[in-house]
Amino acid sequence: MLGLARPAAPPAPALTAPPPAPGAGPLRPMLSVLALIGVWAAGAALLDDPLRAPGPAQVLPALWEGLASGRMWADLGATLGRVAAAFVLAMGLGTALGIGLGLSRRANDWLDPWLTVWNNIPALVLIVLCYLWIGLNETAAIAAVALNKVPLVAVILREGVQARDPALAEMARAFRMAPLARLRHILLPQLVPHLLAAARAGVSLIWKIVLVVEFLGRSNGIGFRIHLNFQMFDITGVLANALAFVAVMLAVEWLVLAPLARRATGWRAAA
Amino acid sequence: MIRLDLRGKSFGATAILGPLSLAVAPGEVLGIEGSSGAGKSTLLRILAGVDTRFDGDLHPAGRSAMVFQSPTLMPWRRVIDNVTLPTGATGAEARGWLARVGLAGMEQHWPGQLSLGQARRVGLARAFAARPEVLILDEPFVSLDQERVEDLLDLTAALIAETRPAVILASHSEAELARLTTRRARLEGRPARLLSR
Repeated sequence: MLGLARPAAPPAPALTAPPPAPGAGPLRPMLSVLALIGVWAAGAALLDDPLRAPGPAQVLPALWEGLASGRMWADLGATLGRVAAAFVLAMGLGTALGIGLGLSRRANDWLDPWLTVWNNIPALVLIVLCYLWIGLNETAAIAAVALNKVPLVAVILREGVQARDPALAEMARAFRMAPLARLRHILLPQLVPHLLAAARAGVSLIWKIVLVVEFLGRSNGIGFRIHLNFQMFDITGVLANALAFVAVMLAVEWLVLAPLARRATGWRAAA
Repeated sequence: MIRLDLRGKSFGATAILGPLSLAVAPGEVLGIEGSSGAGKSTLLRILAGVDTRFDGDLHPAGRSAMVFQSPTLMPWRRVIDNVTLPTGATGAEARGWLARVGLAGMEQHWPGQLSLGQARRVGLARAFAARPEVLILDEPFVSLDQERVEDLLDLTAALIAETRPAVILASHSEAELARLTTRRARLEGRPARLLSR
């Protein structure tokens, strides 16, 4: 609508998929997943080496067996717990930092180079340092993952704050809105697309790093299990464990993040 | 009563407003004219307390409210929340003000569903819901067709007469100024001075 304050379109959250074509429904993604499994099965049949290139015929039974025995659920639970803890921590710290940097030009001038350095430290370095400094424990594992993710969240949120609508900030000042009300009703709604982009990019980054952390220094979780598979040259086991966790993360995306995104941007659809 | 003693206002090295003083009493409507870029909006932003970087003294009366050139609604909050949240008005009060501006029944709409004229009415309801002692109107009726402007002018005049805030109105339109103001002044020059007329 002409003249209404509306936030500029968020700078392309490159890490989220474009919405599906209208009328496609859930059919197309499901067919696409089936086609992927078909390609995998065809490749495995062609190579005909079940030890090094197992196909669905080997991996899916191994997956089923792990789930049926209950062992895999415990690993999934441990990994998911770490993902959730690191996610909450990283989103909280990264959002606070990003808003701070977005609002204060001076803070940003000083801290931007730090953020660039931080963002470019290899995940492995932070993991090893955390284990060395804090010890081979849960705190170190979660801290290492969260620290890897904070700068990414901060950068995305900083851009959101910098792109906010100045007219609404003036309106809030003219009406003497309280700082908390401004945060809740003026600033945060403008940051929703950026929060969602950070959350989505973050979840996928975090679960990949959690597996590395488990691989290196934990005695449960999917990453630990893959470490055992690795030592026993059990490629089928590696794929079964990975597949199980990918399925969990897809469920998180479809059941948690996507509905949240629809809810938070409902006002757009109505307009 | 609002009183401003301004020594000067600059953006960087550019002086926009020169020394000027103004005072507006409750029930008075001061109209401020001036060509585009004369500094009207800058002056109004100072009076509204939005811009505090100026050299001078502002003595505001207390509660103030502003109606902007563009409606400046929160697109992610429903119409009624756009009235209650910035002003602290209750839901019942907000419904009352929305009814006064002719938007009864539209409380649950999103701002994006409104026409420009309706959005401007919400801006008006919001301003009066703050029960202002000082009301700043920055070209509140621009880009509406003439018929709608007439309606809104009548409405605004009635609401001002009823609630008697000290009003400062910036406008290009002779009709608006003639209809609403009790006294007029013109911003002229660079840095701009206020010439009463």
